[in-house]
Amino acid sequence: MIAALRARDERVFAELMRMYNASLLRVALIYVATRAVAEDVVQETWIGVLNGIDRFEGRSSLKTWIFRILTNIAKTRGQREGRTVPFSALERPDAVPEAAVDADRFLPADHERWPGHWASKPAPWPEERLLAAETRAVVERAIEQLPPAQRAVISLRDIEGWSSEETRNALGISETNQRVLLHRARSKVRQALEDYLVEAQ
Amino acid sequence: MSASVEQLSCQELVELVTDYLEGALPQAERASFEHHIEGCAGCHEYVRQMRETIELTGSLTPADLSPQAEAALLAAFQEWKAL
Repeated sequence: MIAALRARDERVFAELMRMYNASLLRVALIYVATRAVAEDVVQETWIGVLNGIDRFEGRSSLKTWIFRILTNIAKTRGQREGRTVPFSALERPDAVPEAAVDADRFLPADHERWPGHWASKPAPWPEERLLAAETRAVVERAIEQLPPAQRAVISLRDIEGWSSEETRNALGISETNQRVLLHRARSKVRQALEDYLVEAQ
Repeated sequence: MSASVEQLSCQELVELVTDYLEGALPQAERASFEHHIEGCAGCHEYVRQMRETIELTGSLTPADLSPQAEAALLAAFQEWKAL
């Protein structure tokens, strides 16, 4: 691919864009506020890729290299917009604790027999509704509402199917933080599904 | 987790699900996690729902760049190629 790109093969360039544009957009949205600016950042990234490909040494994978270019551009753009967001979100996600499940779903810590056990157990989900298009829309909406860093991680891992290593390289975060962000994101999407699927019972 | 592994509560377990699914739990905690979900219908269901959540998320279609932006990039490619 690198060789083909250096040889100015347009089909390979178009294919790379198709492979990465969605992920690039999501990562850009961690740093900048709007979709329009994120699209700009992605465009600039590809220009940067073209301008740099002849000097790319292959010390990291092509993918990691592309995302590093994106992150640099997006950070600069975000700072210019006066957004100082993501350092805490990406690098110290533990700073603000978040429970996967509301505490009131469990028996209190001083319960004499079953402290911390389910007070209201999760009810099984109706299998046939899981496959419905509306259910998928619920998942989509839940992901949209996540804080940007959580949204980026769950998108890369669970929508794009990236490994944890690829994800943490692209975002420049530690393994642990990647997992914390993924955990929070998945937990909230599960909760949204539960709210939707079990509501009627 | 600070609580002793034998007494993993449901409230603690739900915070370990991702570590478990990612294979990041140390052996002893992993064993205790598995022991718990075998005996606890609520947590068994919870872990199943997390798996279903992941699977559903995986069935979404990725967002994409607008056609205009993509066309602009292909034009930029042509310029670059001509350099």
